[in-house]
Amino acid sequence: MLDARLYLAQRLSALIMAPLVLTHIAVMIYAVRGGLSAAEILARTQGSIMWLAFYGTFVVAVSIHAAIGLRAILFEMLKVKGAALSVLFWGIMGGLLYLGASAVYAVTLTGGSA
Amino acid sequence: MSADGRILKVSVWRSDAGAGFFQDFQVPANQHQTVLDVVSWIQQNEDPTLSYRFACRVGMCGSCAMMVNGKPRWTCRTHVKKVLVDGFMRIEPLRNLPVIKDLATDMDVFFDKWIAAEGVFHPTKSRHDAFASIKPDNKARIEANKAVECINCAVCFAACDVVANNADYLGPAALNRAWSLVNDARDGAQAARLEAISQSGGCHNCHSQQGCTNFCPNELNPTASIAGLKRKTIAAIFKRGQHA
Amino acid sequence: MIAPHQKTTLWLAYALHRTSGLALSVFLPAHFYVLSLALTTAGGLDDFLIWSDQPLVKFAEFGLIFLLAIHFFGGIRLMALEFLPWSPRQKTYAAVALAGSFFVSCTFLLSAV
Repeated sequence: MLDARLYLAQRLSALIMAPLVLTHIAVMIYAVRGGLSAAEILARTQGSIMWLAFYGTFVVAVSIHAAIGLRAILFEMLKVKGAALSVLFWGIMGGLLYLGASAVYAVTLTGGSA
Repeated sequence: MSADGRILKVSVWRSDAGAGFFQDFQVPANQHQTVLDVVSWIQQNEDPTLSYRFACRVGMCGSCAMMVNGKPRWTCRTHVKKVLVDGFMRIEPLRNLPVIKDLATDMDVFFDKWIAAEGVFHPTKSRHDAFASIKPDNKARIEANKAVECINCAVCFAACDVVANNADYLGPAALNRAWSLVNDARDGAQAARLEAISQSGGCHNCHSQQGCTNFCPNELNPTASIAGLKRKTIAAIFKRGQHA
Repeated sequence: MIAPHQKTTLWLAYALHRTSGLALSVFLPAHFYVLSLALTTAGGLDDFLIWSDQPLVKFAEFGLIFLLAIHFFGGIRLMALEFLPWSPRQKTYAAVALAGSFFVSCTFLLSAV
């Protein structure tokens, strides 16, 4: 159920995420030392165009990547097809984009609660 | 064939148009015995109504493949001692194909997919033209060579979980055939072939589980062929983009 | 549950890639929600972070990093298989991906405690 375009989108989003995932893991290993606090996280991310671009790109790529992956699972393992598959596919992508964008907005563009 | 006194416990799938059951047989063991020998022994000595398919008995025709203890095998070249588990062998018709009767499957689906994948040669020359000259060290020729020794036994088709989960998927054999033709300089339908294998049942569904490569009796590598097709089809998309 | 024809290193590598991908996409909405708490509720994120300082939660985070790492290394393995010249060492690469993921997630666990 994966045609050439979906395959291409899946691999391109993966290639874009590869360096982002490595950085994300490295930042987590660095940041978790001595415990996490909202102030510490927000001090790093707040008002930073660099982190906005980083996590913004990450959210877009992961929404596409996860939606295509879940689409394959829905089709192959749960036998969802046709219009139901399309609705779930776009719904999952849209939902992840919305939640991801809210998270990125909260940690980079607002004053936050800290 | 000299019986050495041991007995093999063999369970064989029996069905005729619909539901079926396993029937148990006791077969005398021999030192050099293939799975096909066992099936033939049952048919000749226990039950002449047992249906199965074979022709050449030397691993060339690709008609005798069956599931043996859950794994797809070419039965004429599979020695019993290689696949026996605790003196037991369960023999079933090939997976992922409809069963006609007992161990004989309907292979129409399998061959229809060869056609759907454009696994067909489209000549560009007539008998009046000179032969195409392709040097043995030509890169595409070497690629085609690696994929060309397929005997259409459908062992890879039975080993593939993507085939099992997706009725449209063209499967490893048809795509491997398409790859050998993609590398054939004499063929005149390359664009149509890349289009055919880029559809929703095409090469991009492959999850590289490599069951096909693992079980191919001729030690071909359909996974590598399919990876080649993925590269070719994606390159074709980018090329079309440049021309548009 | 695993059929005889599936008992191979590379089928298990596929199963691990699919399971980790599924688990990560189930986790993602929760992850995004917690981060958006930084905006919507005063101290909401800190409450969560204090809760997440428990050893059991830290261990669950180790699991999440492992899932991310195994999906990352497994994905790199797949793309190398698809886009680079064929290598006969497929099983070795799958094993290296698993080892790399343990290394990365253990490094996280050690810096978390």
